[in-house]
Amino acid sequence: MDFLNAVVQGTLLGGLYALFAAGLSLIFGVMRLVNIAHGDLIVLAAYLGLTTTVVLGVHPLVALIVVVPAMAGIGYVLQRGVLNHTLGDDILPPLLVTFGLSVIIQNALLEGYSADPQKMDAGVLETASVALGPLSLGLLPLLTFAIAVAVIAGLQWTFYRTPLGRAFRATSDNQDIAQLMGLNKRHVFGLAMALALAVTAVAGILLGIRTSFDPSVGGGRLIFGFEAVIIGGLGNLWGTLVGGVILGVAQTLGATINPGWQLLAGHIAFLVILAVRPNGLFPRISG
Amino acid sequence: MPEPILTLTGLDAFYGDFQALYGVDLEVSEGEVLAIIGANGAGKTTLLRSIAGLIGNEASQITYRGRSIGNARPDVVAQMGLAMVPEGRQLFPSLSVEENLMIGGRVNREGPWNLRKVYDLFPILEERKAQASTSLSGGQQQMVAIGRALMANPDLIMFDEISLGLAPVIIRDIYKALPGIVGGGMSAVIVEQDITKALAVSSRVYCLQEGRVSLEGRSDAVSREDIARAYFGVE
Repeated sequence: MDFLNAVVQGTLLGGLYALFAAGLSLIFGVMRLVNIAHGDLIVLAAYLGLTTTVVLGVHPLVALIVVVPAMAGIGYVLQRGVLNHTLGDDILPPLLVTFGLSVIIQNALLEGYSADPQKMDAGVLETASVALGPLSLGLLPLLTFAIAVAVIAGLQWTFYRTPLGRAFRATSDNQDIAQLMGLNKRHVFGLAMALALAVTAVAGILLGIRTSFDPSVGGGRLIFGFEAVIIGGLGNLWGTLVGGVILGVAQTLGATINPGWQLLAGHIAFLVILAVRPNGLFPRISG
Repeated sequence: MPEPILTLTGLDAFYGDFQALYGVDLEVSEGEVLAIIGANGAGKTTLLRSIAGLIGNEASQITYRGRSIGNARPDVVAQMGLAMVPEGRQLFPSLSVEENLMIGGRVNREGPWNLRKVYDLFPILEERKAQASTSLSGGQQQMVAIGRALMANPDLIMFDEISLGLAPVIIRDIYKALPGIVGGGMSAVIVEQDITKALAVSSRVYCLQEGRVSLEGRSDAVSREDIARAYFGVE
């Protein structure tokens, strides 16, 4: 019974991890950029959500209306203003620059919001649950999982069914030739980062409702996101959801054995999969 | 003689510190088919990449319809009506055949070419339109690459080694389709190793040797001896 409960709760938690991972996966897929600041951008989105709820007095989910476009705008400007200049044959500059960005965001948040843990008040949503047979499922985890599925389905649709997605794939395949098709790669990359950070905004708000957060928690979210991406296979969005679920289930199973084992169990699951299937479970990018 | 639409004036091109082109002067007129021949490493591909904007040059060294485009971005050059069929085809492997064609059309210029016309020109592509572009034969991939460039409705289309690596019968088919492509007033620059083919389809020919123009003339007037001299630099 405990086992079944842990698997179900872990699966729902995996939805949140998939949201952490989707933005990372998208950015890497389109422009081969590994964004070390991704976790801190998630936390930034949570703080923007907090400010929006406090200033406007709205529910955190309503704050998405403000935070999603705000993060998308930040993403576009960040890409055009900074990150595009780091992209090239060498993979080191983007790593260094996004690492620096991570430090800057953390310290700016410390200045602005202090190191005190914060939390968003989502009212009854935080405690409401639905009974499913012997299980009691929290409304928030259910909603998070449903949003994760919807976001990933939306990204998948964008990638494979729209002109924007064609531009993303073409630019990812061959930047030179994509430019010969009249695509401005700097703009395409800007749009990709905008889309990735829009997803990050959703992840940040859901994180901020679920748990308390402070400026230092970004690194952990980055690790979870990375692990979900790698488990699922680079460049595969649905694989990212599976990766998130595996990570979430491993963590909750670990926690039922011993609360101290929660994070460790997740990392062990990740290492085992990395050892057995170095390309992840459903790799899309070969060679 | 009609007005030139593309003029290269003393074009120097570099790959890093390596200079690949030295003071190349060249003109393409409206509706003209120009052939560029030369040995491997003579600078033919560099020349096309410079025109397309993939290699940056002095702005004034390349003018297109009166505008200096030597330092223009490749996407801007494409919007102005220059299209390229790159060497080795270079289709987008993540895109289906039809998606490859559609992305060629995204510059959204007015003109006769659309999906329908490309499928009429190469009917096999319509049968294969949902397939991954990499699943096609080399000749079919070349048709996609040509169709992709045509979808932009360019004023000037550049072909880089279209017959490279293809079976002779396929090459014949593709060259047979060429007059229908460039007949509508479109200008073309053809880079080709096969000199006979190049001379047959073009009205004028340039030969490059070690980054310099070593021969320039009417395709029906240059002699084999001239070409041999210009090609290899032997006296």
